[in-house]
Amino acid sequence: MAEPILSVRNLVKHFPLRVGVVFKRVVGHVRAVDGVSFDLHRGETLGVVGESGCGKSTLAQVLMRLEPPTSGAVTFEGRNIFDMRGAELRRLRRDIQIVLQDPYTSLNPRMTVGDIVGEPFEIHPEVAPKASRRQRVQELLDVVGLNPEHINRYPHQFSGGQRQRIGIARALALRPKVIICDEPVSALDVSIQAQVMNLLGELQTEFGLSYVFIAHDLSVVRHLSDRVAVMYLGKIAEIGTETSIYEHPTHPYTQALLSAVPVPDPELRGRREVIRLSGDVPSPVDPPSGCRFRTRCWKATDLCAEQEPPLTLRLDGSDADREHPSACHFAEPRPHVVA
Amino acid sequence: MSASMSRVDDQPLLVVSDLQVEFRTSDGVAKVLNGVSYHVDAGETMAVLGESGSGKSVTAQTIMGILDTPPAHVTGGSVRFHGEDLLTVSPERRREVRGSGIAMIFQDALSALNPVFTIGFQIAEQLRLRQGMTRREARRRTIELLDLVRIPHAARRVDEYPHEFSGGMRQRAMIAMSLALDPEVLIADEPTTALDVTVQAQIMDLLKEIQDERQMGLILITHDLGVVAEVADRIAVMYAGRIVEEADARSLYRRPAHPYTEALLDSIPRLDLKGQQLRTIRGTPPSLLNVPPGCPFHPRCPRAAEPCRTTLPTRVALGVGRASACHFAEEVVSRG
Repeated sequence: MAEPILSVRNLVKHFPLRVGVVFKRVVGHVRAVDGVSFDLHRGETLGVVGESGCGKSTLAQVLMRLEPPTSGAVTFEGRNIFDMRGAELRRLRRDIQIVLQDPYTSLNPRMTVGDIVGEPFEIHPEVAPKASRRQRVQELLDVVGLNPEHINRYPHQFSGGQRQRIGIARALALRPKVIICDEPVSALDVSIQAQVMNLLGELQTEFGLSYVFIAHDLSVVRHLSDRVAVMYLGKIAEIGTETSIYEHPTHPYTQALLSAVPVPDPELRGRREVIRLSGDVPSPVDPPSGCRFRTRCWKATDLCAEQEPPLTLRLDGSDADREHPSACHFAEPRPHVVA
Repeated sequence: MSASMSRVDDQPLLVVSDLQVEFRTSDGVAKVLNGVSYHVDAGETMAVLGESGSGKSVTAQTIMGILDTPPAHVTGGSVRFHGEDLLTVSPERRREVRGSGIAMIFQDALSALNPVFTIGFQIAEQLRLRQGMTRREARRRTIELLDLVRIPHAARRVDEYPHEFSGGMRQRAMIAMSLALDPEVLIADEPTTALDVTVQAQIMDLLKEIQDERQMGLILITHDLGVVAEVADRIAVMYAGRIVEEADARSLYRRPAHPYTEALLDSIPRLDLKGQQLRTIRGTPPSLLNVPPGCPFHPRCPRAAEPCRTTLPTRVALGVGRASACHFAEEVVSRG
């Protein structure tokens, strides 16, 4: 396989917890991302799913180099992004872009759409000479399905879905290679969500983009992703192709998560076996020893408290298509239920 | 009478009919509700499905009598609870019904709870004020309620503040609060939207269980087609301040009778459509300040024809408990 465009190795991001007003003492760390590794290939979409607090948005921040990591490396086209300085870093800023969740707060209300989408050119003037910028912005608006004549309007004159399109146009302005989508459709209504998902799909084909697609909605992630990583408390529980994760999950957390998704079909009511997890996600300040999921897991034994299960392939000699790394001592497919 | 009123002799528990609400703003008058009618019976789950701005929450707030006036003005219709029109009774009577007759839980538990009082105080307050309990009695009952909604170590956590609870726990506390006065109807406005899927499943289970036990009528307001499919008995679909379709859950998903419902169901990502374009609804919901003439859905409707542009469709009854506000309802429902 070709060299991955983005490769993440043992990425760790801990935030210190401080108390005290004048003399601040560090009393602990929020282990937001705690040893995450994956590869993103060219033209691929890697979905990252997980519940709130699992570290998926912190992951996005670190991948964007908005936050320095505690340790670990992220290589973009063969170079560690945390070693980059000067011109190289500027170039990286062009190549990796982000689309944020909330189209209401991520656009400056005092700037026109033209200024918002054109602002990246102020910082990277080499991409579009001043004279052609207005035209370029109009092209971008057209690409994302907005009326190019609306270039002088303000964000409040647009609906939520249209605002998300503005955010996507801004991310596309510098012709990036990778776009990190952090919950890009979760603030949108169902009918609008579908429009934006279609747009992201079209743009990927048209511009050969690679996506890291972060979301908590499992059906949205499934629809767009080639491969999927499931996160729990700062770690990847299971990673594999979309089919292997959704059809043959082996980690109990993935199994529970998938079973809990309500299915929009009343005919299946009561016919699906739903795994009910007890309790809430533990605090990332003081995660459980060993396997982090053990406090809510029905398979947990003493081994799970003592030894942390590594994210590895657990070969059982079956179908190679289904084989994928899973971080569970007792990883095994669940007898199939209606899904 | 509309098709939703299938029974004549004994009235359903709560009947909303022809509700009209407008918001008078500096930009003009927004007709937020244009004749909304639905009903809910004891032990029944009525789901109100709609996108943002469709008026589903405003209907709930009108039922509860917690609309902010101004800008909101109720200009017509009735809300009959046990036959008594709550829109015409005295404010004192309204307060009596609120909480003990009809209670409500909100989407965002963190902003619905007061951060400076303990969870226990906020639940006990209504028991003391409304049922005249002593502090000690109220505290005991509060702990029972927290136990009922399965908050672990209820006796200890009763003295904690909202910020010390996780999202799921806060939602449980709010359910406990809404149950304190033993309401007959519970309105749940997007009760699980802010929660993760695994917690969402726990909360929906809990609501279902409590409802079965107490034979409460439940009005579930949501935009989530998955949640509705799991719990609803009947569904009302709202669009631009109107109910465009009403049906039992199975019929609605199997054979929608309104193009909007049809399109909504089509826009859910589905397994068999992986990698393909999702079917979308073109355009965006209309501004309520400027609702299109004729059928408000016609600019986005794939089936729109001449009458849709000029004439507002009336509700067409399609068998028992089914109705659709579309000129072509019969065609839509009989499509394959």
